Formats: sequence, C-alpha cells, structure tokens
Amino acid sequence: MSEKAMIELVGVQKSFGNLTVLKDITLNVKRGNVVALIGPSGSGKSTLLRSVNLLTVPDKGFIRVGDQAIDFSTAQNLPGDKELSAFRARTGMVFQSFNLFPHMSVEQNVMEGPVTVLRQSKDEARALAHDLLGKVGLAEKASAPPDSLSGGQKQRVAIARALAMKPDVMLFDEATSALDPELVGEVLAVIRSLAGEGMTMLLVTHEMAFARDVADRVVFMRDGCVVEEGEAKQVIENPSQAATKAFLSHFHGGLGPS
Amino acid sequence: MQYQWDFGFLLQYKSLIGVGILYTIAFTIGTAISGLIVGCLVALARLSSFRILTAFVTGFIEIFRCTPVLVQLVWCYYALPILTGIELSPGAAAFITLTLYGASFFGEIIRGGIISVDSGQWDAGRAIGMRRHQLMARVVLPQALRRMIPPLVNQTVLQLKNTSLLSVLAVPDLLYQGQLITSASYRPLETYTMIAVIYFIILFPLTRLAYRLEARMSR
Repeated sequence: MSEKAMIELVGVQKSFGNLTVLKDITLNVKRGNVVALIGPSGSGKSTLLRSVNLLTVPDKGFIRVGDQAIDFSTAQNLPGDKELSAFRARTGMVFQSFNLFPHMSVEQNVMEGPVTVLRQSKDEARALAHDLLGKVGLAEKASAPPDSLSGGQKQRVAIARALAMKPDVMLFDEATSALDPELVGEVLAVIRSLAGEGMTMLLVTHEMAFARDVADRVVFMRDGCVVEEGEAKQVIENPSQAATKAFLSHFHGGLGPS
Repeated sequence: MQYQWDFGFLLQYKSLIGVGILYTIAFTIGTAISGLIVGCLVALARLSSFRILTAFVTGFIEIFRCTPVLVQLVWCYYALPILTGIELSPGAAAFITLTLYGASFFGEIIRGGIISVDSGQWDAGRAIGMRRHQLMARVVLPQALRRMIPPLVNQTVLQLKNTSLLSVLAVPDLLYQGQLITSASYRPLETYTMIAVIYFIILFPLTRLAYRLEARMSR
C-alpha cells in the first residue's frame, strides 16, 4: 500500500494555541487516485490539505509526497524556507479564493512558477503557459488581467498556474465554493479531465455528487479526526457511521446525477 | 495701518535665497532617501519574528513619533554630544534627526503596505514553491508599493516642511536665510511672505501629485 501511495500521512497532529485541529491523522492517496475530503466546517479538512504541502506545518507526524518526505516527530529543526519551498514546488494547490496575482496578466500568472522557481527561460515558460491555458479553455485570455475574468475563469487560470509546476499531486481547497452556481460546472469539468489523465488529487469539497462520481475514495472528517474512509460511492450513498449519515443528510436533494 | 509693500529689495538677496532653497530641497531629498532606506529596515524589523528586534524597533518608532521633531533636533545637537562625546555639526545633527524621524513614519507606511497584501497571495506564492524573498520581491512588494506611494508622497511633503526647523540649528535653509534677510533689512513682512510663497510653490505640485496618485489607486 505505502509503496504505491503518492501521498502518505502518518500521525499528523496540529494545534493552534489550545485548539487541536488535527488529531493523529493517517491517510494514504494512491498514485493516480482522486480522494475527496468531506466534513462539516471546522472539521480540520482544509488544515489537513494545507499540511500536505506544508502551508500549515504540522506539530507532529510524517508527511510524504512522491519521493519527498519530512518526519516532524523526529526532526531536530523545523524545515527552513528553502526546504519548505522545494517541497511545495512538487505539489500544486488551488484555493477557494483563487489568489491569482492581480498585478500580472493571466499568462504571467502561469509563467511565474516555471520562471522564478524552476528557472525556465521566458520563451519556454510562455509556451508551457500557452499549452496549459489551452487545456483549461482560456488560450485567448493569455494577456488579460485577472480582474477581467469571471470566477470560473479565474479558477481555471489558478489550475493552470498550479499545473505549470508539473506537480506530483494536485490539492484543491474548496475550489468551487466561491463560485456562482452556473460557473461551478466549468471548473469541475477541468478537475474531472485531470482525473481522467491520471493526476493524483486530494480535494476538499462540498460537491457531494461530484465527489461520488469523480473521486475514487472519500474521507469523512469531523473534529480533527477521520471518522470514515472508503470507496467513494459507498461512503456517500451508504455510509456506515452515524456522524457521516448525519452530515450527508444535509445534502440530499443536491445529490442527483452530475 | 498704511504700509508700503516693497518686494524689490529682495532681489539683492537672491543668492542668499538661492542657497536657502538649495539647502531645503537637498535636505528634503537627502533625508527622504535615507529615511526610506532606514524605513525599509524598520519595516522589515517590525515584521520579523525576532521578538527582541521587533520590540527594540517599535520602541524607536514610538520615541520618534511621540516627540516633536524640534525637540529631537535640539536634543540631537545639544544633548547627544554630552552623552557620547561626539561633536556633531548642525548639518549632521539635522540630517540624522530628520532621517530617523522620517524613517519612523516611512517604516510604518511600508509595513502597512506590506501587511495590506492579502494572505492568500502569500499562500499562492508558497504553493508554487516560491522562496520568501522571491515572494516579497515579485508578488507582495509590487502590490504593496502601489498602495504605499500616495502616503509616501504625503510624508515627503511633511518632511520638506520639517526642514524649516533646521533654522534653529543655524543650518542655512530657506527659513534661516529669511531670518538673516529680515535682520538686515528690517522688512519681515515681505521677506516672510516670500519665504511662504516659495514653500508653497515647491509643495503645491507635490500635494497635487499625491491627490492624483490617490485617485488613481482608488479606481
């Protein structure tokens, strides 16, 4: 199992002051799998996702993504800026609020990682950005400022920006939660096509139908713990834990075919 | 009161006035630049995670923000040499005081600009593997700078006005030259009116520029 796992978390713990947000989380994501993290707000799922690329540095535990691993339980010194940056460069992340760089064009947003972090030439990075923007259906917006885009378009640019680093895994933190309902579909379509290409993905989502249809596995979290984990269709349609059932009951009606 | 206005006599002092303008502008530009440089360091120190450094710099800022610049000037010129044994020329004392005074305000403007950048921008930069300095240089500062420019221009306007205080240390700035002319000519009305007009002519375009920049930012 762990040999094929692309993401491996063992005993991850995180507290903010007195508040324990993650209590001993262990989680594996196999290469090419899509895993959806679901749960009520405050359950720690976003913190868990942010721990995978060390945007939130855990207090304890072991984290491995691809061939990079850090053990926070034994480490004498916390990893420095250089080590953290190298680790993060191998993961892509997409945020609820897009977080595009507003002072750069769409194309420059996508080129920023390859040029500044990977030291690619501008021409090389521009060609890559062009390909990726084409892939998310925004080739004609290359020179537009992010301000001029719709939410769905912004999020697709953010996905292209993350993909430009050729990441081992992609992390989505409620990527569609800030979108108007009619724009959700275009972003989910891009994520779905990435899944089809075999990208390993971990996503925090409130789109239960999408999780059921696109994810291989679903992890239900509550109060900083993994309550239930299993095959996506089974967890969402026929959960075994009472807490999972109670949570999912809020979504009935929104659980139609997608 | 019948007063015969006569500005004509001021012409004979034009070189004196020229020197005053030069001193005022040179001190403004010089201390704006040095104040900005020290202000950048102040901002970085205030934002750093070294508590001792942050506390020290915060203390420095508060001292300079909560005492009048005239008191600082006089203290630096008359009191500091007694404490340290280092004699300062009036120009050096004035330069140091205005630099530090400016730095305490510039530093806060710069810090404010940096922390006004949304934390999501830091997240996004970190997520693509940018180092802290890269993020600062390529993502945070370009956005922060746009917001800092109007208050920085305003502070520079204040900085220029503050140079008039140099006259108490006998630095030959515009106001000091005015005092010289007055004591020679016994015509304070024309002299000080002219001094005020010269300050206005220098500063009015600067304040207009600040308004324009502010308007452009808020678009």
